[in-house]
Amino acid sequence: MSPRKAFDEARLMLVGVLILIWTLIPIYHLFVMSITPQAEAFAGAVWPKSPTLDNYTTVLTQGHYFLGHFWQQLFNSAMVAVAVAVLTLTVGACASFAISRLRVRIGETVSNLALLTYLIPAAFLAIPMYATMGQYGLLGSRWSLILTMVTFASPYAIWMLRQYADKLPYELDEAARIDGASPIQIFWLIYLPLMMPSMVAIGTYALLLAWNEYLYAFLLLSADTEITLSVALGHFLSTDDAPWNLLMATGIIYALPPAAIYYAFRRYMVAGLTAGAVKS
Amino acid sequence: MVSLAQDVASSHRSGRMSAEATWGLIMLLPYIAIFLTFVLYPVGYGIWLGTDIKAYHRIFDDPIFLRTLANTVIFLGLAVNIKLLLALLLSGFFVHERRWIRWLSFIFILPWAIPSIPTILSFRWMLNAEWGMINSLIFQFTFQDGPGWLLNRVYGLGSIITIHIWKYLPFWTLILVAARLTISKDLYESADVDGASGLQKFLYITFPGVRNMYITSTLLSTIWTLGDFNSIYLLTGGGPADSTQVLATLGIRYAFGMSEVRAGVATIIVALPFMVPIVVLMVKRLRGEDR
Repeated sequence: MSPRKAFDEARLMLVGVLILIWTLIPIYHLFVMSITPQAEAFAGAVWPKSPTLDNYTTVLTQGHYFLGHFWQQLFNSAMVAVAVAVLTLTVGACASFAISRLRVRIGETVSNLALLTYLIPAAFLAIPMYATMGQYGLLGSRWSLILTMVTFASPYAIWMLRQYADKLPYELDEAARIDGASPIQIFWLIYLPLMMPSMVAIGTYALLLAWNEYLYAFLLLSADTEITLSVALGHFLSTDDAPWNLLMATGIIYALPPAAIYYAFRRYMVAGLTAGAVKS
Repeated sequence: MVSLAQDVASSHRSGRMSAEATWGLIMLLPYIAIFLTFVLYPVGYGIWLGTDIKAYHRIFDDPIFLRTLANTVIFLGLAVNIKLLLALLLSGFFVHERRWIRWLSFIFILPWAIPSIPTILSFRWMLNAEWGMINSLIFQFTFQDGPGWLLNRVYGLGSIITIHIWKYLPFWTLILVAARLTISKDLYESADVDGASGLQKFLYITFPGVRNMYITSTLLSTIWTLGDFNSIYLLTGGGPADSTQVLATLGIRYAFGMSEVRAGVATIIVALPFMVPIVVLMVKRLRGEDR
């Protein structure tokens, strides 16, 4: 290796180390606090004197005032996320099929409206959405959160699925039609199997969007047994002497499922993102 | 050509058109129902709430609101541009083909892959003036108390911008890496033959190649950053004394903290003259490019 090459390589490594430190600092701190005993929680140490897993035991046995409904809230998060993923996929698959394959007349209009909705920041709709849910009598119910998240996830789903659907050869549908297949058969037997990879990406996207949601979850839900884990994490801040070590242990447990799902389906996510999230 | 072929194809199946059109409408119905009940109606209701002129007098008389406007401009200007410039630079790092860089990119994506609530709260405790890790390190090395990071407007906004960039930098880097990978390698090779410098290659090959994507990303990121509620609410809560609020958090504070729903809606509507043109432009860009 020439000195010039070695210098370039060293510079690359230096950048790599800086990126690594920058990325890991808040995550490292999250982990360190989660294994810090209560007595040391206010020490600000880089590594606790007596690291412990007790915080995790306390969380899993619901052994603290803030954690009284931990398992119920974990279940709520999972239930909301799965419901949002399933409903978003259903809505998105049907709509993209109608727009791209059946070329329904108002398809372009609906597609444009969906894209418009996708671009509006969700936080901007919070106040009227809260009022609307009150008028529909859904406030406080997990359905209000599920329907809200489906509303925000399906525009992206329709838009992405539509882009993939447009790339499928139209001759497939033609051939099936000549054999006498009905639109519903084409949907089930040809469209859905071919769309599977992008369906996985969209399902993951919707699942993570719903699991991670904080603003709408804390506005729309209130009872301790109805809220999701994200809202429960926010509740820790309601006192000045919050048990930060327990909060961080809960935070890690909360962050693990979406991280695992993300890395499991990363292949699909990256392909989906680069193909459609921002097109150049 | 394509549309001609489609016309021919559709004229052949005109006999089946009515059945297909019916099915098409049925399959669009779920989304249309969602759009009408949970987008159109709330938006209409919000606009109706926002027609109250008194609410605008109320907020423009409020010094907190004026400071919030300034905060929003500062937050957008710095967070969006620093984030995308860094993403552009880092995309040049991540296109290098090394095994360890592939592993690093796996870790680098973590902030984006994991939920933001635990990491923002972690950052919040780390920055705690009395008990946080940062100030305790500062004390160990300098024997002086560090600043109250979240107890003052400038440091507070700086911390908010930092955590926002930390969270969203990986996503935009990934997007710009994808854009860079579409540039033909031949261009770089012939530039090398001509003895072009690194800066020249960036200015005359890389930047023109990613410029479109960079502009699209800036517009999209501007809209989404405007809607970033978590970075502010979970880090400073808009404090101290409402000095780090942005429009998205102040709207919620008016409506739910102070039960002034109309003032809350007005706060959001004030952002629309700025946001709507960007949204319309984005719809045009994104639609125009997929034909």
